Amino acid sequence: MRYSGFTVIKEALRGHKGWKPAWRDPEPKQKYDIVIIGGGGHGLATAHYLAKVYGFRNVAVIEKGWIGGGNVGRNTTIIRSNYLLDGNEPFYEFSLKLWEGLEQDLNYNAMVSQRGIINLIHSDAQRDAFTRRGNAMILNGADAELLDAEQVRKEYPFLNFDNARFPIKGGLAQRRGGTVRHDAVAWGYARSADSHGVDIIQNCEVTGFHIENGRCVGVETSRGFIGAGKVGCAVAGNSGRLMGMAGMRLPIESHVLQAFVSEGLKPLLPGVITFGAGHFYVSQSDKGGLVFGGDIDGYNSYAQRGNLPVVEDVCEGGMALMPMIGRARLLRMWGGIMDMSMDGSPIIDRTHIDGLYFNGGWCYGGFKATPASGHCFAHLLAKDEPHPTATAYRFDRFRTGRMIDEKGMGNQPNLH
Amino acid sequence: MIIQHPLLGPRDSSEFVYLGDASLIDRPDWQAENAAETFYDYAYLRDNPAGENRELWFHEGGDRSWLVVTRNTVTHEISKVELACDVARMRGRSK
Repeated sequence: MRYSGFTVIKEALRGHKGWKPAWRDPEPKQKYDIVIIGGGGHGLATAHYLAKVYGFRNVAVIEKGWIGGGNVGRNTTIIRSNYLLDGNEPFYEFSLKLWEGLEQDLNYNAMVSQRGIINLIHSDAQRDAFTRRGNAMILNGADAELLDAEQVRKEYPFLNFDNARFPIKGGLAQRRGGTVRHDAVAWGYARSADSHGVDIIQNCEVTGFHIENGRCVGVETSRGFIGAGKVGCAVAGNSGRLMGMAGMRLPIESHVLQAFVSEGLKPLLPGVITFGAGHFYVSQSDKGGLVFGGDIDGYNSYAQRGNLPVVEDVCEGGMALMPMIGRARLLRMWGGIMDMSMDGSPIIDRTHIDGLYFNGGWCYGGFKATPASGHCFAHLLAKDEPHPTATAYRFDRFRTGRMIDEKGMGNQPNLH
Repeated sequence: MIIQHPLLGPRDSSEFVYLGDASLIDRPDWQAENAAETFYDYAYLRDNPAGENRELWFHEGGDRSWLVVTRNTVTHEISKVELACDVARMRGRSK
């Protein structure tokens, strides 16, 4: 069923009795050409691009819970491509271009809103760094604009510009950045993949890999054995647990990241802003809540909840940036589990086991990468070679010293 | 989280800095034949368990001692706290 303005009006007149479920609930088949583990944003996007771009129809996505119940439903919904390094920027710009055409591609309203993102500048050194970053972005075909304090003040007059310790001196703007309705991304990809024949199998937990003579031939699941020509893993947060079943140790630690929503307020923030002196980023959802977050808690965790010291730290960042946020009450806060990699960048690669492919290590930047991650992982699964924009995301970069360390922190996952 | 410091008693975890897996105590021999391989393993690969995890915490806002904390990564429950120097000596290190 194709969605359109016409069908909305037609259904409104017929009492909304004609809507069909957006995807089927099939029983798993004996064997698929490709099985994708993980029904989150990246896994569903992979299935969509495998079917639509690369022509693979005999594909299954298996998910231990319900689709979109993990990090794709737990993030702060920001999209952007403001990275510095060559290994990253072309990939994230590819992703942003896919976001721009996503709704037409999926025939689904994902509420892609290019409301712009501004990274604030608080010192001369930071202005130099952001100037360099902006130039790197432009060289890679992205957009970037350096603003002085007066230009920022026109758009965000309520920020704390004259803070004695962290005055706002300007900002690096990316106008094409913005926010997306995160759940709709999972649902839209699921619906599109399903309509191309992909089986989405929920409540189906992987309990082991079937590996014969160094080749992965299927997965053991809570709903029985499922054979596969190739298996792709996209379970960021739980990558260590899953790949442990294949005997792999990863350059990844699992950490908890918290996010927050205030009570609903009248329209206040026109776009996304990030505080450059601490770690705080905020946007306003279409329902009116201020959606914000900051640092990860900093210790290994698989609990989808964090602790209070980081809540205090994030709220202090908010108070330093826009003191009026202190008048808003916090409505909800939650945690999600991140694959924190050793250099802060992701991995989309084959493993040493034939037929077993890995997509993970997204740290806390996985949401904006969803379309490109799916596209590049589908490319790797379909053609057995990396997509041109994802050639740097290899397992062996740690062994060979080709780290992609945006923040320059070294092999300390909780600092990225 | 409250960490039961062996010398100072209960301390809030926000006084500490987290380093990572306690296996980082066992630094490989840099002169060994396979040093490049063992250091790759040591520096980059992690067990990352869901459940009990032994990890290094540094009491930066306190007595600046290194601790080995045994903590459950699913519940955040701390079951054991040792001085890292004691653990290192038990593993045959001189300090």
